[in-house]
Formats: sequence, C-alpha cells, structure tokens
Amino acid sequence: MRTNSRNFYLIPYVLWIALFVVAPLLLVLYYSFFDIEGHFTLENYRKFFTPVYLKMTLSSFWYAFLITLFSLLIAYPTAFLLTKTKHKQLWLLLIILPSWINLLLKAYAFLGIFGTYGAANSFLDVMGIGGRQILFTDFSFIFVSVYIFLPFMILPIFNSLDELNPTLLDASNDLGGSSWVTFKRVIFPLTLDGVKAGCQIVFIPALSLFMLTRLIAGNRVITLGTAIEQHFLVTQDWGMGSTIAVFLIIAMVFIMVLTGRRKRGIL
Amino acid sequence: MKKNRRWPAIYLALIFIILYAPIFYLIFYSFNSGGTMYQFEGFTLDWYRELFADTRLLIIVLNTIIIALLSAAISTIIGVAGALAIAYARKRRVKNTLLSLNNVLIVSPDVIIGASFLILFTMIGLKLGFVSVLLAHIAFSVPIVVLMVLPKIEEMSTSMIYAAMDLGASRFDVLTKVILPYITPGIFAGFFMALTYSLDDFAVTFFVTGNGFTTLSVEIYSLARRGVSLNINALSALLFLFTIILVIGYYFITKRNDKPNGMGVRQ
Repeated sequence: MRTNSRNFYLIPYVLWIALFVVAPLLLVLYYSFFDIEGHFTLENYRKFFTPVYLKMTLSSFWYAFLITLFSLLIAYPTAFLLTKTKHKQLWLLLIILPSWINLLLKAYAFLGIFGTYGAANSFLDVMGIGGRQILFTDFSFIFVSVYIFLPFMILPIFNSLDELNPTLLDASNDLGGSSWVTFKRVIFPLTLDGVKAGCQIVFIPALSLFMLTRLIAGNRVITLGTAIEQHFLVTQDWGMGSTIAVFLIIAMVFIMVLTGRRKRGIL
Repeated sequence: MKKNRRWPAIYLALIFIILYAPIFYLIFYSFNSGGTMYQFEGFTLDWYRELFADTRLLIIVLNTIIIALLSAAISTIIGVAGALAIAYARKRRVKNTLLSLNNVLIVSPDVIIGASFLILFTMIGLKLGFVSVLLAHIAFSVPIVVLMVLPKIEEMSTSMIYAAMDLGASRFDVLTKVILPYITPGIFAGFFMALTYSLDDFAVTFFVTGNGFTTLSVEIYSLARRGVSLNINALSALLFLFTIILVIGYYFITKRNDKPNGMGVRQ
C-alpha cells in the first residue's frame, strides 16, 4: 500500500532526473570523444592540453578568482552592516532586488555608462583625470561581473551573520577580546559556511558566463563558458565544446567539494 | 565613537547607489529624445511609443510570458511530486541520492545545461523552437521547486497524516486534504521561483532556441550586441516596474509563509 503510492510520486520525478540530469551529462561525456566529422577520437583531450587551451583555462580561473575575491571583500562588510540596521529584512530585500533584473539589461546599462562619452568618462573628466577607454577592458569586465554577483554573495553571508548568536559576541567582549579579535576568532569562523556558499555561487558562474565577456569585454576575455559557446554555436565543433564542458564540470565538482559544508543535505 | 557611527551609513549608501545607479541610468535615458545614452537632449515618450508599435517585439514578450507560465506550472507539478518522493523515501541512501541528483542542475553553469540540452534535443530529433525551449525551462525549474517545497513537507508532523488515516481517509484524501493544503505556501513560493527563473534565463534559451523562436532575453542580447538603442532602455524601464511588482508579490507570499500557524493547522 505504502510502496504503491510512493512509486506514484516517483514516476514523473525519476523520469525528469533520467532525461534531464543523467542523460545530458552522459551525452556531453559521449560527445567529447568525437571530432567534428563524427569519428571516435581522443584528439579533443590532447588538444585541451595544448598551451592554447591551458592558457585559456588558467586565465578563466584567474578572472573568476578575482571576481570572487572582490565580491567577497565588498559583500562581507555590506552584509555585516546590514545585520546592524533596524529594518534589516527590508534592506536585504532592497539589496537583492537588482539581482532580479535581467542580467543582460544590467550589462547593457554598462555599455552606456562605460562608453566613450558615458557617465564614467564624464566623471573622470570632471575629476581631471581625463577620459579613456573603459569598455572592452579587463577592468570593465571585472567591475560589471562583481556588480552582477554582489547580491548573490551578500545573501548567504547575511544569513549566516544573522544566525550568529549575539551572546557569543558579548562573551568574547567580556573575556577582553578587542573587536578585531572578536571578528577574527568568533564572527568570521562562525560565518565561514556563508562565505563558502557565497564563493561557490559566484565562482562557478564567473567561469562560465559568456554573455558578459561578449558584451562587456568585447571578446578580449575568453572564459571556459565563452569557449563552449563558441564551439557549440559558432564553429559547430561539438566534440571540442563537450571536452571543455567536461573539464568545466570537473572544476565545478572540485569547487563544490572544496566549499562543501559539513552539514550535508537540504539547505 | 561618534565618528565611527558615520562610516557604516556612508558605506551602505555607496553600495546602494552603485547597485541602483545603472538601472536608473537606463530608465533615465529611456526618456531621451537624443537617441544616445550620454547626452540628454529632451524629454520624450517616443521610445515607448515605438516599443508598443513593434508587433514583433510584442509577440516575443508574449512568447516569453507563455513559456514562463507554462514551464512554471508544469515544473511545479513535477517538483511537488519530486519533493513528496524525496520526503517519503524510506531509505536514507535513496533520499540522499535523489537530493544530490536534484541539485545537479542548480549548481551547473548555464552553459553546460544549455550545451547538454542542445545535444539531447538534437539526439532525440526534436526541432529547436517553442517545444525545446519549454522543455528546457521545465527541466531547470524543477529542482528549485523541490527545494522550496521539501522543507514544508518535512516540517509537517507525521501525526497529522496518521490522524487522517485513523479517521478513515484514503491515501488520495490524505494527499489532497491534508498534505497539499499544508504545503501550499511552499508550492506558491516554488511556482514563483520557477517563474522568475524562466523569465530571467538567457544562456540556456540561447542554446536551445532555433531560428524562428526568440524570448525576450535572447532578443535583448542580440539588440545589445548591435549597440545602444533606446528601445532597450524603454523596455528595461517597463521590465523594472514589472520586476518590482513581482518582488512585492513574492515578499507577501513569503511573509504569509513565516506566520506561525498553531499546531501546524492552516487557519
């Protein structure tokens, strides 16, 4: 009796898992062994370990690292200060709100702001530094990426700070800890889970967002995501694209293990 | 001490300004008669008029909304079934496996999802277009619905189910009269998240959409790649308004969720 009803729930869900989770991943792996003409080959993997692709992978990781680092450096104080405000849930909602706006529109806004005559250049002019090329540089790419990922970094850190038991801070104070010691020994270690979750949320997309590199970095920056998109939709070399995808998946699993929380399971 | 008080406020204000400036920059220039995003010449509503006269764009908007509503509805059904399957899985290992598989699509980068679905759909022989986009959106919305519904099921006390069964309710009655009403807030939250996932998605759609079918995000991308046109600004102003309405709606739904409701009985 029990088993029957359980099976009934399982059917659509397991079908979904088989068709859209397991099958696509296996297909990517399968395709990575074929060249553009459809012959079975390991050539794609050999190609991946040539300097061209290794350099791209490294630079992709480097950019993702920088983006994550800057997001964290900006987000942590923001989250910390947010927990101290009076209507913190409302303020948090306001911080999160921009992340609901379509990502492409935000990227598009920066086309205007960073453009040759845009607001950023006028501002530099007023400051006496003078206008310069901002769009299509590393700076613009990292700035826009940090801008886009900031709310996603703030949210988990805010949540873990919010859960922090305030009596621990009082205890640290009473025991003579300065505010820096309290932060280093009590607050930061206890909110590490939030920081890890935030880094995970930012780092993986930072490796793979291809529309930002296309729109903001003007094809100067090539991330793993850009390379996959290029191979699948432009050169139609699905084999090579799949090979890069396989490595991106490996990187993803690695990052998740690295930032994994001790408490496994549901959120 | 008084000096210290100031800095947090300034820092938070700065973050807020940076987060919102690009959005308002976009909206501001949507009223520019000059046609560029750097010189405000005069107030005009021409761009909005042009937007509403553009039937092709209106059809795209309609497509986007239909896809979002359909995919959210279907993924909610599959997701609720999935959450029930996970919650009532008796073996711990089955439960954990299902949960891990569930989370694969949440942490996977969009490019991987897009590329692997592209391979999947071509393998099956599905023509790229409305159906492929719809299937893809359903597929990546299911796990978030599961995650929104699952905690609601788990917090429900099992004694309620036993009570219903003792009172002679059939399995079906237990599901429709006890479980589903109890988890309704979770279902709504899941539906809402699925809706915003679908509306926001660009990368996956970009991969699995054919020539004939476009959603708003893809259209914005191709417009933005061609450079600045104030049509997009007008569009983004309208989308911003729409997003705010959605967020307010979501805020009230979650607010209702948080209300403690007695012994777990819905009033």
